[in-house]
Amino acid sequence: MAALFYGQELSSALMLGTAQYPSPEILRDAVLAARPGVLTVSLRRESAGERAGQAFWSLVEELGVPVLPNTAGCHTVKEAITTAHMAREVFGTDWIKLEVIGELDTLQPDVFGLVEAARILTEEGFKVFPYTTEDLVVAERLLAAGCEVLMPWGAPIGSGKGLNNLFGLRAMRAHFPTIPLVVDAGIGVPSHAAQALEMGYDAVLINTAVAKAGDPVRMAQAFALAVQAGVLARKADPMEERDMAAPSTPVAGKAFLG
Amino acid sequence: MKITVNDETQDVSATTLAGLLDELGYAGARIATALNGHFVPRTERMRATLAAGARVEIVAPMQGG
Repeated sequence: MAALFYGQELSSALMLGTAQYPSPEILRDAVLAARPGVLTVSLRRESAGERAGQAFWSLVEELGVPVLPNTAGCHTVKEAITTAHMAREVFGTDWIKLEVIGELDTLQPDVFGLVEAARILTEEGFKVFPYTTEDLVVAERLLAAGCEVLMPWGAPIGSGKGLNNLFGLRAMRAHFPTIPLVVDAGIGVPSHAAQALEMGYDAVLINTAVAKAGDPVRMAQAFALAVQAGVLARKADPMEERDMAAPSTPVAGKAFLG
Repeated sequence: MKITVNDETQDVSATTLAGLLDELGYAGARIATALNGHFVPRTERMRATLAAGARVEIVAPMQGG
């Protein structure tokens, strides 16, 4: 059965970011090709003259995909909380992808601030999707703070390095068998996404890998196929890895030709 | 009265946040507001009074990852 994100089933295990596309038209075509279950969105200062945000919002509404607003760029608990409140009003959803950035080179989450912000926002009725690391102790704290979803990074945001700590991500999946888990950040190519889903992750969140591809629309389609393959493979229960060869062709009855 | 809107100094005559949004031409826009670092819900904008030096943030939907 597909994972429920705060009680809601997504139409696809692909969550797609909306930033960095060459144009709004390419973003729209990429979304149509990817058919994501969720689109991530953000908030920025709006000038009364330009109204750039209003045009973007019309496009998102036209696409009809549920949105997950983020607190990207927030470095403190206070900033993240104020941003979450603004996002709830603007986007009309209590879902929030909570980012509290702690380090600029890696955009690594400030897990201490993250746990604190998650607790406060949960108390205020938000459904928090925390951008975290694969640290199991932090994960436990986030769940205790009220999170019902965890979003560990695969690799630093925008790096395209894929699943940097396979052992850690596997341990997380094994440790929290019933918690919806999403690999957020670091995925570079469709095979990374398929790998996460084959490992039992419930979804992947991708932005740069599609937006910065030479042909974002074609790459969006490639990710849609990879996600479909990964989900199907997981349901099919992959074989166990082993260290030694095992003949796949039956040996019994082989002609003696020596 | 001089206040700061999205980090730019502006000379405005409005005395409430709601009045400011009208004055600056944001009427009908899908936006959220903060005054001096605190979120001000849509329903509170009429009651949010501006003093000289107030810091107002006005944000709208934007692309995000």
